[in-house]
Amino acid sequence: MPSKTIDVDALARVEGEGALNLKIKDRKVTEAKLRIYEPPRFFEAFLRGRHFTEAPDITARICGICPIAYQMSSVHAMENACGVQVEGSLRELRRLIYCGEWIESHALHIYMLHAPDFLGYDNVLQIARDSPKIVQRGLRLKKIGNELVTLLGGREIHPINVRVGGFYKVPTKQELTPIGEELKWARKAAEETIQWVAGFKFPNFEQEYEYVALRHPGEYPFNEGNLVSSNGLNIPIKDYEENFIEEHVAHSNSLHSHMKNGRTYITGPMARLNLNFDKLSPSARKAAKQAGLKPPCRNPFKSIIARGVETLHACDEALRIIKEYTPPAEPAVRVSPRDGTGYGCTEAPRGILYHRYAINKEGTILEAKIVPPTSQNQARIEEDLKHFVEKHLRLTTEKLTWQCEQLIRNYDPCISCATHYLKLNIEREQV
Amino acid sequence: MHLMRNPLPKTQHRKRTSVRGSADPQVLVIGVGNEIRGDDAIGLYVCRILKGKLPHQCTIVEDSGDGAHLIELWKNSQTTILVDAVRSGAKQGQVYKYDAHQRPLPTTLFQNSTHAFGVPQAIELARALNQLPQKLTVYGIEGACFDEGAAISPIVERAGKEVAESIALEISHNNRV
Repeated sequence: MPSKTIDVDALARVEGEGALNLKIKDRKVTEAKLRIYEPPRFFEAFLRGRHFTEAPDITARICGICPIAYQMSSVHAMENACGVQVEGSLRELRRLIYCGEWIESHALHIYMLHAPDFLGYDNVLQIARDSPKIVQRGLRLKKIGNELVTLLGGREIHPINVRVGGFYKVPTKQELTPIGEELKWARKAAEETIQWVAGFKFPNFEQEYEYVALRHPGEYPFNEGNLVSSNGLNIPIKDYEENFIEEHVAHSNSLHSHMKNGRTYITGPMARLNLNFDKLSPSARKAAKQAGLKPPCRNPFKSIIARGVETLHACDEALRIIKEYTPPAEPAVRVSPRDGTGYGCTEAPRGILYHRYAINKEGTILEAKIVPPTSQNQARIEEDLKHFVEKHLRLTTEKLTWQCEQLIRNYDPCISCATHYLKLNIEREQV
Repeated sequence: MHLMRNPLPKTQHRKRTSVRGSADPQVLVIGVGNEIRGDDAIGLYVCRILKGKLPHQCTIVEDSGDGAHLIELWKNSQTTILVDAVRSGAKQGQVYKYDAHQRPLPTTLFQNSTHAFGVPQAIELARALNQLPQKLTVYGIEGACFDEGAAISPIVERAGKEVAESIALEISHNNRV
């Protein structure tokens, strides 16, 4: 029986440094490894000894694409440790800045990173040459998301205006008006985006996944809610570590997460959408249905549609917040440290981002734990690869490699803020 | 009493153009880099040397090098000069100069940025979208140390000073013409 090895030494169009190794023997995948060889960065270790108010600015440095997620999870965790709940306009502004991050991150992934896979292009430059207006739409969408982050966060990459208890400075109603006009264009562009990606050809591949996301009784989740799963899990976020574990695997510098019962799971747009479809804005729900996306959707390749739907939802939600906005009396509520442990879990563009901190009454961080979405999805990506390859062995190696990379990009893995180019080695062997 | 004016960041060294593209500078100088990654900061360093030394119609911007943002920055400018660190294996401090309208930049030379969408990719995307400035000159300065927390190497710093001088001369010459 033929054996085959597929090695992608450096994955392209993902964020960070990773590689793919597949070994096939007797029509079975004997090894599927997503190798993350980017060096560990030890954020959890060097948070220890820092003041609890520094966590949002330090953790924002973990990622240039989703710094808001890190800021939100950290401030919620610190406020939880200190027994403070941020409500009203400040809570709304936190949702608004998160809308900006979802819009810019989803637009980047849909247009620049994932769409070329479906259209048979190597990269977005080729789309730009053939269909410049489509790429211009994507760039403008991304820009509007970035502008929203800049307006509330002070700058688009590693914003500095978020603090424990709220913000350093909040906008006036008038300051939000111009971006509101931009968002009206963006929601129309998001609708067009959904129609565009819904027309792509999707590989026939469905799996029985366990989807995990936040769920809040009154809203599509950004910052708060219980952790729920498609298999019936429903827990407060403080119980995360009782239900999920991280473990080190030899081939990756990223820890692998799975449920305590050993099952892998998925977090991210498809999980959110499947578990919170009823909480989408009416227009986002309608657009999803028109695009043929109804829960439960088990085809991971259709995550590109889910990102489009969430982009539309984020535009709708941002417009609602801007319309109803009344500036808070103070830009932040007072948060006094005390001995304790706090938990935060929010929905980064790529899925749930869990933070836990132990602090003392002086406000010094004693312990920190951060679990990003990519490490949670990594084990499931490897399972997907195994099943996908076994089902598509008839494909040429070139086509199979292409689709394996496309499959990895379904999850928009965020390994870090650096990327290398694809270098591919394929070995065929007759046993 | 503790008073805080303009608490939101107006970066000390950065003279920002509007991200909405309302600025229409005759000459836009963009320094690309990461402040805390050794020689990668050389583009920012060149900007800081030039600050206050260029005619008032010139705009100087420090940027992280996100491709989409670069296109946004330069799309309304007539002339853009961009400075970034490169890593080709050549001698430390070597300076490369490219006219982006003449030919594509070698992608292997420039530091890859977030999602592999940095300076060369931004130029090619802008070319495809007809959003290149009328004139786009790119200076690449060969770096050697890109370690986190490292300072700019003395040789690279010297090369940065030379590039800043060349840019100032070029702008001054063009102004006279």
